[in-house]
Amino acid sequence: MTSTLNQPSTSGTLPSCLSLENVTISYGSFEAVRDVYMDIPRNRVTAFIGPSGCGKSTVLRALNRMNDLIEGCSLRGRVVFDGQDIYAREVDPVEVRRRIGMVFQKPNPFPKSIYENIAFGARINGFKGDMDELVERSLRKAAIWDETKDKLKESGNALSGGQQQRLCIARAIAVEPEVILMDEPCSALDPISTLKIEEMMHELKKSFTIVIVTHNMQQAVRVSDYTSFFNAEAVEGGSGKVGYLVEFNDTERIFNAPVQQATQDYVTGRFG
Amino acid sequence: MTLSTATLPSRSLRFNPGLKRNRTDRLFTAIAALFSLIAVLPLVLVLIYVLIQGGKLISISLFTQLPPAPGLEGGGIANAIIGTFLVTLVGSMIAIPVGVGGGIYLAEYARRGWFSQFIRLGNDILAGVPSIICGVFVYSAIVATRLFFGQSYTAMAGGIALAVLMLPTVIKTTDEALKLVPQELSWGAIGVGASKFVTITRITLPSAFTPMATGVVLAIARAAGETAPLIFTALFSPFWPEGLFNPIASMSVLIFNFAIMPYEAQNALAWAASFVLVILILGANLLARWIRRFTSS
Repeated sequence: MTSTLNQPSTSGTLPSCLSLENVTISYGSFEAVRDVYMDIPRNRVTAFIGPSGCGKSTVLRALNRMNDLIEGCSLRGRVVFDGQDIYAREVDPVEVRRRIGMVFQKPNPFPKSIYENIAFGARINGFKGDMDELVERSLRKAAIWDETKDKLKESGNALSGGQQQRLCIARAIAVEPEVILMDEPCSALDPISTLKIEEMMHELKKSFTIVIVTHNMQQAVRVSDYTSFFNAEAVEGGSGKVGYLVEFNDTERIFNAPVQQATQDYVTGRFG
Repeated sequence: MTLSTATLPSRSLRFNPGLKRNRTDRLFTAIAALFSLIAVLPLVLVLIYVLIQGGKLISISLFTQLPPAPGLEGGGIANAIIGTFLVTLVGSMIAIPVGVGGGIYLAEYARRGWFSQFIRLGNDILAGVPSIICGVFVYSAIVATRLFFGQSYTAMAGGIALAVLMLPTVIKTTDEALKLVPQELSWGAIGVGASKFVTITRITLPSAFTPMATGVVLAIARAAGETAPLIFTALFSPFWPEGLFNPIASMSVLIFNFAIMPYEAQNALAWAASFVLVILILGANLLARWIRRFTSS
């Protein structure tokens, strides 16, 4: 094990929103990612980068207990949100996901109208108020209002891929979470849709904390304030590779003056 | 070294029907076509025969009158039509809630694990149980024990026998239909803070509605034509239905009884009932297709 492993990573003096404390996530008996310490700052965009299989998506899904849906997945350590370990016995995962929303890799609008896609989350969370106004506000924030305002009654599936993804972001915004997790939200999109989503994220971070997993390093540079680099290494006696957090810092530092050699190799493309 | 001579003869691009591969191609196409013709022949013949034999007996009285006493002329099969609807309705009322509920449990709550594997296996075996055995089972469990108010043969017992028959189909189609719903869809709902119940009832079930409805309609259509489970559960009655807790007539049992009677009027009614039953089942299948097309557009 390298000496980088247990190095606590902090982001200076900013108030942290989510803290991972010695988090190890396993699928069955196989450890996917090990010993992660991280403080994700509030109202900033934090990017997770790293090679495939290093566990960055697994860590992201752990932040709102999405991993509960995967059979055999278990977590050791603590994930602290709002002063509470979200994996504590008395915590309701449904409540966690209401306050920590998620946008997935593949756009997944519900097979309902655009309006209903947005209203669904609000309605099941007991929203009482002007639904039309909420729908408009959410669609505006996700930068898709102009394209959809005349066809709110049409199916969400009738939109293009990029529009669908922005609809999914609007859907996540509508329940007014504190954190939005994005798992490679642009990997299935064209460059123009990607650009729109990236611009939108700069607006969104005023009201939300955003955590994004991306394979695209330029994207991490463009959108994020903080970047964490994950890597994977083979373990003795183990069958597969185990992911770990190499370095977590200002995006600027990660890309220009990383502390670790592995980070340097990865961000400059000299990665094996 | 003379590399210039080609080892393969140069051929024209023109299609040559005399080539061996083209001749075998034609031969096997013809054989396949012949076998598929033979396969649909029984279906077409049965349909035509029933439509001709039964179709000419269609009249108003068929749908309004009771069957005649042996030796008399005329009459209809109104009681059997009502009976078939009633018994099938009872069967559906039991099999659809239980089957859909069981299918939801298998697909959404117990995806894996020995218990759900055991239920799936049991369900597949139940689907293969001959219908007459369903009838015997209900006979010994309900009819012979006089479970319902001391009555032996009842419409209710017939409905339960049909429900046993429909149950595996309904469970299986619900299970399969729900498993076809992409996981991302339910993740989306869970990601905005929906509980498991809300996710299933508001997102997963509506998405799986079409294949589920198709499966249920086909299960009903199959049950409506069953004879064996009804012979010793609902029995038969030459009279108007007297509620759910008395023997009741049904078209399939009427055909079974009347077709072998030595009276022409009864034989004719058996044909007419066959016609009505075939049309009903055909209609149900068309309805299932229509549901599929209507909801997918």
